[in-house]
Amino acid sequence: MGTAVARVRDLVKRFDEGQHPALDMVSMTIETGGVTGLVGPDGAGKTTLVRILAGLMDPSSGILEVMGKEPGKTLEAIGYMPQRFGLYEDLSVIQNLNLYADMRAVAPEEREAVFTQLLDFTDLDRFRQRLAGNLSGGMKQKLGLACALVKTPRLLLLDEPSVGVDPISRRELWAMVQELTGEGIGVLWSTAYLDEAEKCDTVYLLNEGKLLFDGPPKALTGAVEDRVVQVTDYDGTPRRLLTRLLDREDVVDGTIQGSSLRLLLDQPDALEGETGFAKAKVAPRFEDGFIERLGGGPKGTSPLAQAYRSIDAGNRPAIEAHGLTKRFGDFTAASDISFEVPYGSIFGLLGPNGAGKSTTFKMLCGLLTPTEGDGSVAGNNLLSARGRARAALGYMAQKFSLYGDLSVAQNLNFFAGAYGLEKGRARSAIERVTEIFDLGDVMGTNAGGLPLGFKQRLALAAAVLHEPPVLFLDEPTSGVDPVTRREFWTHINGLVEKGVAVLVTTHFMEEAEYCDTITLIYRAKQIANGTPDQLKAEAAQMAGLDRPTMEETFIAMIEASEAKLEAQASRAA
Amino acid sequence: MKSPLDPGRVRALIVKESAQIFRDPSTVLIAFVLPVILLFLFGYAINLDSSTTRIGLAVHDESAAAQSLAEAYRTSPFFEVTNAKSVAPLKEMLIAGEIRGIVVIPQDFGAGFEQDNAPPIQVIADGSLPNAANFTTGYSQGVRNTWAANEAAAQGLSAGPAIDLSLRYWYNPSLTSRLFLVPGAIAIVMTMIGTLLTSLVIAREWERGTMEAMMATPMRMTEFLASKIVPYFLLSLGSMAICTILAMLIFGVPLRGSVLALVILSVAYLMPALGQGLLISAATKNQFVASQVALLSGFLPTFLLSGFLFEIASMPQWIQAITIIVPARYFIPGLQTIFLTGDVWEILWPSAAILLLFGTAFFTLCFWVTRRSLD
Amino acid sequence: MGRLRAMTIKEFWALMRDPKARITLVVPPLIQLIVFSFAATLEVRNVEIGVLDRSRGVASAEIVSQLAGSPNFKRIVRLSSEEELQEAIDTQEVIAALVFDEAFDRAVASGQPALVGVVLDGRRSNAAQIVGSYLSEIVAAAGAEVSQRQAEPTAISINWFNPNLEFLWFNLPSLIVIVVSIAGLSITAQTVARERELGTFDQLMVTPLTTWQILLGKMIPPFIVGLFNATVFLIAAPLVFNVPFTGSLVLFYLGLSAYLMALIGVGMFVSSLSKTQQQAFLGSFVATIPIVLLSGFASPIENMPDWLQILTYINPARYFMDISIGQFLKAQPVDVLLANLWPLVVIAAVTLSLSGWLFRARME
Repeated sequence: MGTAVARVRDLVKRFDEGQHPALDMVSMTIETGGVTGLVGPDGAGKTTLVRILAGLMDPSSGILEVMGKEPGKTLEAIGYMPQRFGLYEDLSVIQNLNLYADMRAVAPEEREAVFTQLLDFTDLDRFRQRLAGNLSGGMKQKLGLACALVKTPRLLLLDEPSVGVDPISRRELWAMVQELTGEGIGVLWSTAYLDEAEKCDTVYLLNEGKLLFDGPPKALTGAVEDRVVQVTDYDGTPRRLLTRLLDREDVVDGTIQGSSLRLLLDQPDALEGETGFAKAKVAPRFEDGFIERLGGGPKGTSPLAQAYRSIDAGNRPAIEAHGLTKRFGDFTAASDISFEVPYGSIFGLLGPNGAGKSTTFKMLCGLLTPTEGDGSVAGNNLLSARGRARAALGYMAQKFSLYGDLSVAQNLNFFAGAYGLEKGRARSAIERVTEIFDLGDVMGTNAGGLPLGFKQRLALAAAVLHEPPVLFLDEPTSGVDPVTRREFWTHINGLVEKGVAVLVTTHFMEEAEYCDTITLIYRAKQIANGTPDQLKAEAAQMAGLDRPTMEETFIAMIEASEAKLEAQASRAA
Repeated sequence: MKSPLDPGRVRALIVKESAQIFRDPSTVLIAFVLPVILLFLFGYAINLDSSTTRIGLAVHDESAAAQSLAEAYRTSPFFEVTNAKSVAPLKEMLIAGEIRGIVVIPQDFGAGFEQDNAPPIQVIADGSLPNAANFTTGYSQGVRNTWAANEAAAQGLSAGPAIDLSLRYWYNPSLTSRLFLVPGAIAIVMTMIGTLLTSLVIAREWERGTMEAMMATPMRMTEFLASKIVPYFLLSLGSMAICTILAMLIFGVPLRGSVLALVILSVAYLMPALGQGLLISAATKNQFVASQVALLSGFLPTFLLSGFLFEIASMPQWIQAITIIVPARYFIPGLQTIFLTGDVWEILWPSAAILLLFGTAFFTLCFWVTRRSLD
Repeated sequence: MGRLRAMTIKEFWALMRDPKARITLVVPPLIQLIVFSFAATLEVRNVEIGVLDRSRGVASAEIVSQLAGSPNFKRIVRLSSEEELQEAIDTQEVIAALVFDEAFDRAVASGQPALVGVVLDGRRSNAAQIVGSYLSEIVAAAGAEVSQRQAEPTAISINWFNPNLEFLWFNLPSLIVIVVSIAGLSITAQTVARERELGTFDQLMVTPLTTWQILLGKMIPPFIVGLFNATVFLIAAPLVFNVPFTGSLVLFYLGLSAYLMALIGVGMFVSSLSKTQQQAFLGSFVATIPIVLLSGFASPIENMPDWLQILTYINPARYFMDISIGQFLKAQPVDVLLANLWPLVVIAAVTLSLSGWLFRARME
């Protein structure tokens, strides 16, 4: 790589005396000509470190220099994009750019050329006059980047630029940043997505304020070389097999990848002699190395599922959608969406931001009334028995949406009451989840002040108190650390084996892999439907890819749909 | 050393702030619609001069004198009279609030009057509304005395009191409350825009995360603050101008002083008003808390403790002490004076000086609070 | 029932657990009680009066000494010329000035009618009027004394319900209305908007709670806070402020409950209309001002122009103002109360149905 533009040594940042520091003896170097990844789950200290580098916070101790000076003295040479992109939502695209150009004293005569280049680069030229608040998440992110680049910086600091953004936009952003590194800019990219870490030139892995790893990502994946296997050709559901295998001592970690399993073993020769499935070595990923650093994933059996009632399947599917359509004035947000989800399975709604998956999801959980079509949840029609339909589902949203200023106990009591559990049942249900999720010590704490992992558990606990036959999950694990994510899916898998039906919306590909069936929504329509393996095969054929990942599948299908739409449009013209 | 303000950046920030102001419907509501509503409410709803009071009249005497006095009450422009033979039904009406007083003309009124020794009439007022009661009593006696004087005059006698007062109300001879309430309402409008609205603006930048992005640019905090002050300063002055025009055209408030004096005093008042709003905003960084603090420390004191509706001199000492730090108390009397009296610089200079002093204090605190740091 | 209870308890915790919210429940009503009850007085005391005495005789001196002895006037400012008088009025050093001309004492001595000129500051027309009536009384009394003409009183005045016309007796029952209104509106207006902004709204809407259970759950806490605030005032009135309560507590609480429902209806309406907390705040602010100003507190409703009086019929505070003063001071009977009660019930029914409908409509 090139020259160092920022150097940090033994940095400590403490917000409250006596508390665990937000950053604990962190050292890092950012060089030009490459992307430096700052990776870790939410709350690891990434934002604090980025803010210190941007001169927005003072460290408690440690040595720090940005381009040879104190941070804050070199603001002219830093481009910074904060988590929420720092855009004025009530100003237009061009007004935002002009403002940042003025702040950085870009000469008026250069301005038009710079803007044209940036808007071209970010593909926002058509939207010059649009209000930033009316842009999609992906476009906001690009505009945020453009604003950080109005005056070419030497150091570009990006704080979680890919949060809440769909894979296509993420990929485009990554390509743009790659291009910048070629121009001699040092880039720091902070992210909670481990798959992004793999693409960085150097990675700093933070967890709870401490540096767990630094170096090229290969160094971490190298440590687990030969120990990652793919398991195929077995009888029964992947969930049941995963549960069984994870309960073994020699399996460190495991995830579901469509119909196959991906396992991390403690020895290259573990599972030798086991029958009933085929296994083959596969290339390790960054996440495998990370999980091992954290001491491995959770065991396979879910105590929540063990204590859960068995769902009586009945003869109707758990969730039915028949031609669901939602129009807001002239705008069609979802058009003719149909699918069925049987009990004991996971169904995924996938699609880029604004494609219509949230609208479909909201119609099914009764938050929106369909313009046309209907559906049912656990046999209760959405139009005629909305109340009973809602009583039959458990709901968990991407953003932690329990009451932050209520204590854990108060939240649980409220949801027990809201779902109409009578006193005795409510008490035993709360006792059960308290024990399973280990919430005993935090019962009096405000939910808003809990660490992310606990919030995640609490949200799940609140959603399953009334033991619903159907669960609705809206991007349930974005931003959490991989161990917590595994723990979550262990519970979900267990519940599904008890007969629970799960509907999940996500643009987070790892979550998609857990689904039995996926429907891909784009521009309000279902453009593909099938098991993850079927979709991957379809995409492989369509785009000529060899064993595509879920993300590649997703992108290939959307690009194909886009091409078809364009072809239709040009024929019509 | 570079100058503390870079004109290019300040101009850009002001342009941005102005664009935001005109795009937010709630700002427009507060800056242009609410002032008009307020002016109308203060112009019409608060009328401290009693107009017509409903009273009950119980005449216990059939004599010509009693009937003549009763007729005087009925024809008086101050009263709308309900007649009754006795007090009992009137009492019920008084309890129900349908009338505000009862005038009783006693049985032997006529007989006594013939002998120049009329027994006193009885005036019963509704004490639950003390001000109205005062007016009712005063006007009832007035009608009685005027009637007596007229009767005497008709007989060629003068029965005036030994010493009489001739009251002259300067600057507002017809005693229209509107004339002093409307200038006060203008001060309230300026407080709303200057303090209430600005208290939200920095807090909003913190909440939306734009503050962070701006702080990472070479922008200086002085430039940032300047860009918040200028648009709201102009907005307040604009709103002030609209209010002044409305006050003169619709409410008939005269402007006896000069426009120059009006501008000088308003500008002086805007310093503490804006300073206070920005200080609250910068110190709380949270729109909800900012709005509550602004309401409690800005709006309510301007309303209650400025001498606008309630006389400061009549308040207990400790409340009078608090009013010393309420900027509006130095603004409202001056404003009323400019409108109704003229340029009385003996009032205006000290007021303006005190206001500028408050302004300086608030701004100093504000710069001190807004340092470039997220800690 | 269990669901409604859970909803209500949750709303209570949401209100009580956040320290900021807790402060807004307790502190503003307390400050308002203390400051309003002392500061919001339309009485005039401690003002300064100017005297321009060109007569310099016994009678004028007598009147001036009577003025000096009055508790309403703080100080007598001696003026020596018209110019001084003008300046004293213009700079608001004095609110009024008496002018005795040279002939004054001679006139009094000779038994002729004598005239005292009074100049008052019309910029504060209300206070000036009250000062004018004080001066009339004092001068009339002094006049009677110097002329030794025993004037029979022409009228006896009695003030029912408040014999000494204590301003506080009016102020306190009115303040219950004002403080309950301000607090009630701001709490209610925040409830729905807050959940929208914090992102808990969807979570709440997917539970089997019905719209009415949610709205009712959100109404009960401000209702109880309102009852609590009013009760504090009710206890403080006789004990701390010596204001009597002559009516029936049952009727008072009946009126209070109806008023709270109407008020909460207005607050809910604002809340369902707002997308953000800022809008809710500005909305409740915009609603509070006319509710307070058109209640009859700042000035009697009958003094307003007719078109505005008609507008006051949709203001719930107008009716409760009548009820509160009526129960405190006048011991109003049931039939009078009912006349004020039914409009409150109508307002409550309309605003609550409207906000229920809006609440559902705005979800789409």
